[in-house]
Amino acid sequence: MNKLKMAASALALCAMAVPASAEDVKVGVISILEGAFAALGQDGIRGAELAVLETGGEVDGNKIEVITMSSDASPDSAVNAARKLIEQDGVDIIVGPLSGSEGLALRDLSKSYPGVTFLNGSSAAQDTTLRDSSDNFYRFGGDGAQWMVGVGDYAFNDMGYKSVAVIAEDYSFPYTQVLGFMTEFCEAGGKVPEKFWTPIGNKDYSSVVYSIPQDVDALFVALGGADAVNFLTQYSQAGGEKPIIGGSITIDQSILDSKGPFKKLLVGAPAGTPTVGDYDGDEWKAFTASYTEAFPDGFSAPSIFAHHYYMSAKAAMLALDEVDGDLSDDHAAFRAALNDLTFTTPTGGTMRLDKNRNGVIDNFVTEVYEREDGSLGNRVVKVVRDVDQLLGQDEEVFLASGPVSRDNPSCP
Amino acid sequence: MKQAFILIPLLILPFVLNDFWLTQVATRSLILGIMALSLSFLATYLGVVSFAQATMAGIAGYTIAFFGPNTVGIGVPLPFWVSIPLALVLATVSGALVGLIARRSRGIYAIMITLAIGVAFFYFTRQNYTFFNGWTGFSGVRAPEIAGLSLRDPLPLYLLSLGMAALALALVSGFVRSPLGLTIQAVRDAPGRVLALGVSITTPIVAAFAFSGLLAGAGGILNVWYQERISSFSVGLGPIIDILIISVIGGLRHPGGAFVGAVVFVLLDTFAVDLIDRERFNTLIGVVLLLIVIVAPGGLQQLASDWMARLRRPEVKEKSTVRANS
Repeated sequence: MNKLKMAASALALCAMAVPASAEDVKVGVISILEGAFAALGQDGIRGAELAVLETGGEVDGNKIEVITMSSDASPDSAVNAARKLIEQDGVDIIVGPLSGSEGLALRDLSKSYPGVTFLNGSSAAQDTTLRDSSDNFYRFGGDGAQWMVGVGDYAFNDMGYKSVAVIAEDYSFPYTQVLGFMTEFCEAGGKVPEKFWTPIGNKDYSSVVYSIPQDVDALFVALGGADAVNFLTQYSQAGGEKPIIGGSITIDQSILDSKGPFKKLLVGAPAGTPTVGDYDGDEWKAFTASYTEAFPDGFSAPSIFAHHYYMSAKAAMLALDEVDGDLSDDHAAFRAALNDLTFTTPTGGTMRLDKNRNGVIDNFVTEVYEREDGSLGNRVVKVVRDVDQLLGQDEEVFLASGPVSRDNPSCP
Repeated sequence: MKQAFILIPLLILPFVLNDFWLTQVATRSLILGIMALSLSFLATYLGVVSFAQATMAGIAGYTIAFFGPNTVGIGVPLPFWVSIPLALVLATVSGALVGLIARRSRGIYAIMITLAIGVAFFYFTRQNYTFFNGWTGFSGVRAPEIAGLSLRDPLPLYLLSLGMAALALALVSGFVRSPLGLTIQAVRDAPGRVLALGVSITTPIVAAFAFSGLLAGAGGILNVWYQERISSFSVGLGPIIDILIISVIGGLRHPGGAFVGAVVFVLLDTFAVDLIDRERFNTLIGVVLLLIVIVAPGGLQQLASDWMARLRRPEVKEKSTVRANS
């Protein structure tokens, strides 16, 4: 054992003997590069790299070095990845992570490393920035509630749904999504008599399918990936005919392309999302063009992950440019620049931060439509600009309603 | 005596290594080694491979998180001199319970029962919000401060883990020589004969599992201080398999093998990503582990001692020929 340790210390000395030149700025990017999310996590990395590519790899003569690390969707692995980037690779800035609970873990970790600036990737739990926020943790994007803004209103007023049952996975991100939907829907006068929380990776939804009340007008389904496919398949096989309302990751193109028997249920289904692949805004078209040019092996359009990692890395590059790449004084000037930063996002809005360092974003209400060739796609029905984390409410009222959970919010 | 010599370079390590190497590699190896030791103890002396060690470690970790400072607002803060013994007791009791459930099973059946317990506990922590806070778990768990010195600082945590590892090894080697330890080995070799002698085999099996629970619990406490958080992911299939891999590549024939395995595992886990394309590093880890199992079926510890023996043998021969000539 001691021999191995001696070899380890010899290796350590070698590692320490290569100091970076003073002007280099090291950016660590944490994303999920293993397991079920690997393809999506890779797209997050592409987004961050695209922002660096746009600067030509240097800001005011300071070389930007990007170092990527993988996590496996668990908070522990995100923390380990961040520690390695900081302590071993000596990064100045971290962009990431991808999923909700990882974001909460890095928010806590950032308090132990005041000399490093953290920019959230695409994780969207509410409390990452709202409660117990950290001075060096920034989110140039929204949380899961902001991503649902516009949908509750649309469902009540345009679709005429008065009563909706909720089916969602049992963890922080879907809680936040349900809050975003119910805040508007309940305020408009809608009722949510029943909420079903299912474990992630659940295969058998029959108990849920048969418990759905007969008198609801629609179902709000906040499930992701295979969970959404399994639920929708079992629901339509059981003869279910209630219309669907989707969460931000429920009705993506891969579900629309699948051969499930549930496709007829989805036509006309509204959903909320900050990223629409074939949005026809000018800025988005330009963003998609530079994405496909830089990454010919990427997706046909940037995913929600590429979009959000891009905005965070872009913010870091812009703020670096403002301070001429000077990160001395524990990033004081750099963080001041981040706090005051405004820039035009790929969706054409103006990104800026609130006092908790959370983004004010654009959000889309989309609906599923049938193309001429019979395939399904999502199209934009409404763009809501300048959505903040308090969903337009008074801060004290919003905070007094407490952290999101299975039972909060409630309007039976 | 021999073990004492190994301690000297380990005590010098903090002067040679920077904080990253000391904490992320050395301390993490020691902590994982202690957890793996709880498995290799069972495998070596009772002949049972248990997949429930991460559960026992997790119970200790969750106890520390629930009864200590955390940032999720769940639990009852207790002073650390109450919560630490409580965590160890609960881990030991959980070990005894696992032993009681699995006492009649051997080989693949014991693996399946303990795996079922481990996975059931994983899903329970994920669904229960009153004690385990579900998916998110506990964050902001702080190690106690003694005289203004946080036990989470690199040097104190390293020395504590080192001390705990040495103590665990000493405990194991003392325990297996005690009458109870010898009975446990007798149960491994010939349970029928032990029964014929009129000795119950339930007690030694439960005692062995309880003892392994104590070891796993000690590792679990250090792990929750090191990670500063615990969640369902910390007791899932990933950690369960990690502990098995560490024990197997280290070698199940000597308790020290767990630590050899842990060092190799942590080095691979930390640096594979630097050696190869970031998208393929899990392949590298898999290939190296496969090679170790093929080249050294008895584990790395066994491989090393074989080599040492081979190096020594020629010397012995030479001496004997000299004697013959004279």
